[in-house]
Amino acid sequence: MTITNQTRAMVVPEFHEASDRRSRNGDQRMPLAIGSTAVLLLGALYCLLPVAWVVIASTKDASELFSTFTFAPSTHLWDNIVELTNYRDGLYWRWMANTALYAGFGAIVSTYVSALSGYALAKYVFPGKNVVFRVLLMGVLVPGVIVAIPQYLLLAQVGLTNTYWSVLLPQLISPYGIYLARIYAAAAVPTDIIESARTEGARELYIFHRIALPMMGPGLVTIFLFQFVAVWNNFMLPYIMLGNDELFPITVGLSGLLNQGASLPAMYTLVITGALLSIIPLIVLFLVLQRYWRVDLAAGAVKA
Amino acid sequence: MTATVEAPSGDTRPARRAPRHPVKRRTAARRHVTPWMMLAPGIVLFTLFMAAPILYTFVLSFQKELVSGLGLGSGSRTRTFAGLENYVATFTDPEFLASVGRVLVYGLILVPTMLGLALLFALLLDARRTGAKGFSRVSIFLPYAVPAVISSLLWGFLYLPAVSPFYWIFEQLGWDDVPSLLSPGLVVFAIANIGLWGGVGFNMIVMYTSLKAVPTEIYEAARIDGASERQIALRIKVPIIMPALIMTALFSMIATLQVFAEPTTLRPLTNSLSTTWSPLMYVYRDAFTRDDIYSAAATSVIIAVATFAISFLFLRVVQRRAFGQED
Repeated sequence: MTITNQTRAMVVPEFHEASDRRSRNGDQRMPLAIGSTAVLLLGALYCLLPVAWVVIASTKDASELFSTFTFAPSTHLWDNIVELTNYRDGLYWRWMANTALYAGFGAIVSTYVSALSGYALAKYVFPGKNVVFRVLLMGVLVPGVIVAIPQYLLLAQVGLTNTYWSVLLPQLISPYGIYLARIYAAAAVPTDIIESARTEGARELYIFHRIALPMMGPGLVTIFLFQFVAVWNNFMLPYIMLGNDELFPITVGLSGLLNQGASLPAMYTLVITGALLSIIPLIVLFLVLQRYWRVDLAAGAVKA
Repeated sequence: MTATVEAPSGDTRPARRAPRHPVKRRTAARRHVTPWMMLAPGIVLFTLFMAAPILYTFVLSFQKELVSGLGLGSGSRTRTFAGLENYVATFTDPEFLASVGRVLVYGLILVPTMLGLALLFALLLDARRTGAKGFSRVSIFLPYAVPAVISSLLWGFLYLPAVSPFYWIFEQLGWDDVPSLLSPGLVVFAIANIGLWGGVGFNMIVMYTSLKAVPTEIYEAARIDGASERQIALRIKVPIIMPALIMTALFSMIATLQVFAEPTTLRPLTNSLSTTWSPLMYVYRDAFTRDDIYSAAATSVIIAVATFAISFLFLRVVQRRAFGQED
């Protein structure tokens, strides 16, 4: 085929070649296209399977869960939600609110701190800049969970464990976020504009807040989402820090409920319904913010 | 890594410009203070919540607790220097070595499968004649939004014979004694599958995004030269996105070493997961069940050093392989 195409390209006139090739390719590659579409759809199916399961399973009551066919829906979704809401006076919804606080508020503050540091590193020349950046870069490689236990010990000494602060504070710093913010500030904020704002007498922080931050918008959304997912996903830190279940995020809470399920199978329906309700807001957030989510930033950051 | 490469072109300008306007010299001096003020929150948080804990771990790992008398009262316990005792204890503990072995097996299953599938999906999304792209892209990426605990929980139920659709299929096929997916021999695959489900979409998006950044003229040229779509994918696209592949591989390996949430969540559903299944679970048990923070600190240091060592080794090897021809 290689040879034929080459010879054809030499012999056949341009426009003829184009139309001819389209039909030829169409015939030849159609089976391949069906194959690759099928592979892709299989992947999608695999990824949707547990989600489909949890949607259906949360409509079943405790006895149906273990007796009816996996993908046969039932009618108890509302009952399950009511039961979940009544569980210890709405503890579940408290977990949801806690998660929103840890991940939402935490990620916003973390993004702001990252933007401030990244902008300073990208747009100023000052002694010590490279040392600061290198030390921060090493922080990217240090696995966050490794420091969870010493963080616990240090916070225990100032009496902050088992409080909201113990989960919020350690996750405000994100070396990876600072790294991304630096790259993004360097690329998205033209130095000329900073310079002209300066000549007009704007103060440095004013320039940062009013000019640089809006320009860094898409990059900041990316950093926010990365950090949001990191906090939401971090199981070990709250698991270690918190003893009072009123402070739990959803992950630690549900994991505890599942533990009780081992001796009390009725708990399983609560866990399943809780799992379903907890992933809905996150999926919505992702679908909404998808347009602003710049993974190429993370991928581009990669080019060493 | 990248830091040195992307020094913004505008960086040097304020400094060069300052002497030209003598009035501005004070502003220039102040400009040395401003970046430090902006960095202050980051540096303070970094020092308190990363540097200090890391240093503290180091200190603890070389200490032990001496109990005098009956060990009662606050004065009876004192910390002393332990040298490498804690490290020796960790390295000679068969339980720790077993957890490392399990995680290696887990990583050998997970990382190649996950990156292979992610690359396959990314190439298919980028191929010209594939259908259902939007739907597939969103569906495969969706699990990234699901925290590891929740995904372990969902898969955990799907593994239970009483609930699982897989066992229903096995039954229809007439296979009676299929071993439980959570039995000791298979549980590592069960956990790897959870990691795969959660990670394949994100890695796919990273690869796909770097594929999108490649100018299509390159492919057009290859097509005119008669390259097939498959040849274009393997000979042009894969080498071009090599940096993204290397980085996803590195991050996947680091994440593998830290597996904690998945086995911890699955434990109530099976007896085949010990409290020391993964190295981090081992650290957790030492610190909180046994109250031995010194051993836990030593093991943490070992895991962190191993992470660094693997990162650097891997980067050196692939850099020699991938970019060796350039010199």
